Amino acid sequence: MANKRRKMYLRMVTSSLIRRASRLIIAVLAIAIGATILSGLVTIYYDIPRQLGREFRSYGANLLLLPKGDARISRDDLTRVREVLGADRIVGLAPYRYQTVKINEQPYIIAGTDLPEAKKNSPFWYVEGDWGSAAKPDHVMVGREIANTLDLHIGDTFKVLGVRWGQAAEASGQNLSAEENRGRDEGDQNFSRRFTVCGIVTTGGAEEGFIFADIDMLDELVGDSFRGDVVECSVVAGAEEMDKMTAELENRLPGIQPRAVRRLTQSQDIVLGKLQALVLLVTVVVLIITMISVSTTMMAMVAERKREIALKKALGAENRFVIGELLGEGVLLGIIGSGAGVFLGFEFATRVSLNVFGRAINFPWLIVPVTIVVFVVITVLASILPVRKVMDIHPAIVLRGE
Amino acid sequence: MGKILELKDVSKIYGDLHALSHINLTVNEGDWLSIMGPSGSGKTTMLNIIGCMDTPSEGSVILDGVDISRESASGLTKIRRDKIGLIFQQFHLISYLTALENVMVAQYYHSMPDREEAMEALEKVGLASRAHHLPTQLSGGEQQRVCIARAMINSPRILLGDEPTGNLDEENERIVVDLFHRLHDEGVTLIVVTHDPEVGDVAQRKIVLEYGKLAQDVDQRATFSGVLKL
Repeated sequence: MANKRRKMYLRMVTSSLIRRASRLIIAVLAIAIGATILSGLVTIYYDIPRQLGREFRSYGANLLLLPKGDARISRDDLTRVREVLGADRIVGLAPYRYQTVKINEQPYIIAGTDLPEAKKNSPFWYVEGDWGSAAKPDHVMVGREIANTLDLHIGDTFKVLGVRWGQAAEASGQNLSAEENRGRDEGDQNFSRRFTVCGIVTTGGAEEGFIFADIDMLDELVGDSFRGDVVECSVVAGAEEMDKMTAELENRLPGIQPRAVRRLTQSQDIVLGKLQALVLLVTVVVLIITMISVSTTMMAMVAERKREIALKKALGAENRFVIGELLGEGVLLGIIGSGAGVFLGFEFATRVSLNVFGRAINFPWLIVPVTIVVFVVITVLASILPVRKVMDIHPAIVLRGE
Repeated sequence: MGKILELKDVSKIYGDLHALSHINLTVNEGDWLSIMGPSGSGKTTMLNIIGCMDTPSEGSVILDGVDISRESASGLTKIRRDKIGLIFQQFHLISYLTALENVMVAQYYHSMPDREEAMEALEKVGLASRAHHLPTQLSGGEQQRVCIARAMINSPRILLGDEPTGNLDEENERIVVDLFHRLHDEGVTLIVVTHDPEVGDVAQRKIVLEYGKLAQDVDQRATFSGVLKL
């Protein structure tokens, strides 16, 4: 029995929408546009931290790991660091080993590192020539300052001399001959190697005073196992998350001292906060405009359908029945409009993301039901005032014959 | 036949205007009554009061044993739903529903929509084949017949027509009056407001209103045929 009534109710509501589609197109459009902007902005709102977080990573590492006291950072430590930070958050993780060497009797520092990871950490470096790689361990990058001092160019070779790990250097003696002094530099406790310049690094910073080489090659050259003097990490995380990560790293790796680069993470949080507030504000404004638009359309709809409403009341419909039907139409309008809008919103968010951040966006599927529910509620709220006008319609006055 | 409707000293006053003035009227069950009179004589006001869409300023209206002049708005809605069938000059069909659905709407508000019953009602008015057409696809006469089927679907105690043939051509006017005749034969009480003397004359009884007062009350049973002579 109730089923028949429900079927009739649905038939009336759907027929009204389907057969009066041209008249309701404005309301559907208003809802669809509102839903497009809402779902688009909310998608962006939730994706901004990810998008901007990666954008901020172009400013370099935001987390440094230093050994405590005499401890050394091992490969196992790096594996555990990766576990704590989470693979999806790590943009780059580059360990550095610093080794003093002599070139033309002048001291310089070779920074041995995982070159591909260092590249990920340092997108702001300008490298003339090529980045070095583990595949060509004799090809190294030199800082602009060194290149200028030693007059090195791409393809030039130079020889470095150094003392092996754990060995003491023997100072040159003034009373010794040049041959004897050379013997001291090239003894078993020393190493020497000739490198080819594959790239010249310009950063405007301290990096220009280093030679960058593959860390495994450097370990082998100095005759030592892996040793990280410092690890530079570029991690997608806000200030709060960074604090949690550093606390966990300290907890799980007692030999390592993590140091977040607060200047970067804090400015990232400030920019993110402001952007999210702006998106939220626009979203609220859009919702209000949609409500006004739907309310106006519903007001016009009630006025236009005065005779129909009066007839229903004349047939014995109580106000609540007629109001229920109009609200039912509102709900259906909300579902149709927001259903269309949510997918257009994703398209909108994708385009914004591609144009602004140059990256595709993740589609949060939860946005579909949330947007639909929000717009159904908005449509119903916007309809309440116009629909209440039903109570003022008197069938005897409206249906009067002419 | 017992009394189905009784107006006792009914007046309807709008400010200084007396739309109805001290009307006394009794209608028996199964009667066919025409209400006639010039524009502004109070015909529609009287019909609205009988149809529970308005209340008298003075006097009482007893419909099927209930004093409707004392009823609340929701009480009047219930009485209208249960006891009254309404036919309008402008048909007032719901534009986005088919003929069948328009009939079922009245069932929906009354009790339970029943497709078969609604179809039977349309068959009775000769519109079974047009059941799935929208009002815009129907002629004026067909729309009025749908309106009659809708008015009759809940078996009301009284059928009220406000200028039911006012928008129809002669052919359709005859069809509608024939339907009234059949309904009258089935025992339905009919009260029809009309400008048209020919429609007014086919009823058993005719009252004429002038300036809100009952000017004539003519018993036409002697000449009653129920058939329109055009």
